[in-house]
Amino acid sequence: MNNAVQITINGRPVSVPAGIVVAAALARSGTIQFRSSITGQPRGPLCGMGICMECRATINGQTNCRSCLIVCEEGMEIRTYG
Amino acid sequence: MSEAFDIVIAGAGIVGAACARECAAGGLKVLVLDQGPVGGGTTGAGMGHLVVMDDSEAQFSLTSYSRSLWHQLAPELPPDVEYEQCGTLWVAADDEEMSEVSRKQEHYAQRGVRVEVLDGAAVAKAEPNLRAGLRGGLRVPEDAVLYPPCAARFLLDRAREQGAVVRTGLSVTQLLPEGGVVLADDSRISAGISVNATGPWSPGLNPGLPVRKRKGHLVITDRYPAFVHHQIVELGYLKSAHAVSQDSVAFNIQPRKNGQLLIGSSRQFDAEGTEVNQGILDRMLKRALEYLPSLRALSAIRVWTGHRAATPDKLPLIGPSYSSNRIWLASGHEGLGITTSLGTGRLLADMLLNRKSAIPPDPYLPGRFAP
Amino acid sequence: MADGSISCEVAVVGGGPAGLAAACTAAESGRRVVLLDESPWLGGQIWRGEQNAAAHPHASAWFARFDRSGAKVLARSTVISSPAPGSLLAEQDGEGFQVKWDRLILATGARELFLPFPGWTLPGVMGPGGLQSLIKNGWPVSGQRVVVAGSGPLLLAVADTLRKHGANVRMIAEQASWSSVIRFGLGLAAHTSKLLQAALLKLRLLGIQNRYGAWPVSAEGKDRIQMVTLTDGAGTWKLDCDLLACGFGLVPNLELAMALGCELKDGFVRVNDLQATSIPNVFCAGEPTGIGGADCALVEGQIAGYASAEFKAQAERLFAKRRSWHTFRTALAEAFALRPVLKNLATNETIICRCEDVSLGRLRQCTHWREAKLHSRCGMGACQGRVCGAAAKFILGWEPESIRPPVLPARVGSLISSRSEKSGGHFR
Repeated sequence: MNNAVQITINGRPVSVPAGIVVAAALARSGTIQFRSSITGQPRGPLCGMGICMECRATINGQTNCRSCLIVCEEGMEIRTYG
Repeated sequence: MSEAFDIVIAGAGIVGAACARECAAGGLKVLVLDQGPVGGGTTGAGMGHLVVMDDSEAQFSLTSYSRSLWHQLAPELPPDVEYEQCGTLWVAADDEEMSEVSRKQEHYAQRGVRVEVLDGAAVAKAEPNLRAGLRGGLRVPEDAVLYPPCAARFLLDRAREQGAVVRTGLSVTQLLPEGGVVLADDSRISAGISVNATGPWSPGLNPGLPVRKRKGHLVITDRYPAFVHHQIVELGYLKSAHAVSQDSVAFNIQPRKNGQLLIGSSRQFDAEGTEVNQGILDRMLKRALEYLPSLRALSAIRVWTGHRAATPDKLPLIGPSYSSNRIWLASGHEGLGITTSLGTGRLLADMLLNRKSAIPPDPYLPGRFAP
Repeated sequence: MADGSISCEVAVVGGGPAGLAAACTAAESGRRVVLLDESPWLGGQIWRGEQNAAAHPHASAWFARFDRSGAKVLARSTVISSPAPGSLLAEQDGEGFQVKWDRLILATGARELFLPFPGWTLPGVMGPGGLQSLIKNGWPVSGQRVVVAGSGPLLLAVADTLRKHGANVRMIAEQASWSSVIRFGLGLAAHTSKLLQAALLKLRLLGIQNRYGAWPVSAEGKDRIQMVTLTDGAGTWKLDCDLLACGFGLVPNLELAMALGCELKDGFVRVNDLQATSIPNVFCAGEPTGIGGADCALVEGQIAGYASAEFKAQAERLFAKRRSWHTFRTALAEAFALRPVLKNLATNETIICRCEDVSLGRLRQCTHWREAKLHSRCGMGACQGRVCGAAAKFILGWEPESIRPPVLPARVGSLISSRSEKSGGHFR
């Protein structure tokens, strides 16, 4: 599949290859810090398989989504907690 | 090898800890024992709601007195106790519950506890995530919440500063009528008086004690700051807490200081196991969703259960047991153990040190159940 | 079904090699099989992305066999709990549903062991397997400087993937000694497919600095990793990098098995010859029974599938092959055993629990896991103690205790098992 998918990341429209996960889309957009820890430290994906919970983002309004396990879809709105 | 203490307290939960602090502050030599970590029993399973309740005058008196003691202590509580005076919002779904709001308002106001009545619009403004159409509510702004295991540890730290000794990982198997305790390894520790503060396990040390285990379920979510601002309780909660024999659920939610939400509540007798009962969990969560529909999509991290210590008249047992005047009780607090721990500690110490109590201790004396 | 639940004869949890193999043999034996996996794809971690672009010849054969088997797949489906015997509560796309089963096969795989060291929480520090999975799912690494560290055959595999995707792999630092690894490599002769794989990897990795008996001591950077310091106990090296792929082998995903009450032995799910656990009608195959890799998982999965369908004879025919892979599994554990000095990488200031920001110093004030959870909140966050629990076990020797549902975080709505609208009157 070589189609592009249009999504928005923190309000900005972005075009990404079809089939990639949201975490990869975020990394391609230039950020590997997806969230902050409870004491404000920068955090990004660790385990890549859905157990560490460090890759969480808000996807289409749904909070606490594991972005390493979710494939980008047309029109998806992704927000990080930065 | 035996040592001598004035008081040995079995149970390092919040009630035992509060008793230890008061007794140590009064100059008594105190030992606290627990088979598990501090606050690892009912204290660690519950909600940490500091609330004035008016099931009876005696309950109102003890909760109100205790709450004022918490208010005095609040400035000294360290951050991990997560004390937050967020207030309670009792919500009324219909006219019947709204008249209960009026009754409570009068009752509390007459006794000097600040309350405000809110109409439907005011409730919606105070808590935008509540479903539309609620009739109104009662806000009790000086109620608070905290994290109980750390509160228990803080109280024991204070007790230690006054010379108390705390030993965890030790199981008490017997309270001696002549004072003192026997441990699981058969060793004995002598004391003037032993105190049973083991909550739902109290009948194990005082056979025949009218304390029954009342199971509860809780769910904790991930962090959602500002999802709710008060501890919100449905007025139907009172019917649930009243019900003596049936399993019941009632909507109850607490915002923790760190933004996580604690969702409750349920009550079951004759449910000794600690496993989650799916039927009860279903009912409890469905009830919660009736009040907070958008709770549905929030991320839940953990579900657990605990047992409260319930007495027949819903009042705790504070004072000398009816079997021996060297075996005392500080148990049976049902869902109000966190709130009334401080009052319990003070009343117990008052009795031990022959001081006049700020509130009459009579309604809580164990002798009321003497056969 | 009318109440929204799904019914099957054999439910398989996990779509990696063990789960795929189990689903195949159970379905081929005539059973109605449903396989659940959290991710949108099949293959677990090791065969992630292989469905569309198979790199391993084994993988494509198994995917094809699975497609023919008749087993039904539920992708993006996370198992939450077991509300009653014979029933699983699961969540797909934020909605809960039940799966009713006669036999259950747990193939929940493993996750990487993350050992804390100063700076390990910086963005850009990831598990080698995690980075490999993400690369297969589109994570960009071309032109980036990457250091690979930790332990296990996975390090070479990820270095290879990185290289293929245009990354500049600056160093691979394996904490096991050269002699341990060489002995292991020589022992691979009995397992020809592994030997070939290893040789191929090694050839392709020419030109990448390989160190043995070396491990990371700190990661540094502002808001993301910029440099890693490594040591072999004698010298140290500081390497600028954009990513650090660091993991110290694998630990089994035991949570669902524990939730079901399965007994453990030596930290793995205890199973008998037929891969049956201590709980009736519940089987377990693959990494949760021992870290043995994909080939071991495939054999165990096949046995579990046949056993779940009561095709004992077919299962028994695979015992010899499994014995052989178990020998490999033991050798793997010995070769890559973690050296004790790794317990001292974390300082008292190092965060152990990432979800609640609890430091090692704070943990050292507690005497056991339960006390730490209650008082420091370590293990009480979103990862449910998976990351910090494994670290605390390694550094402090603390055993985790029984787990609470949900097995993985789920929507509040998904915790509800029954569809009927109202909360109902009194129960009982």
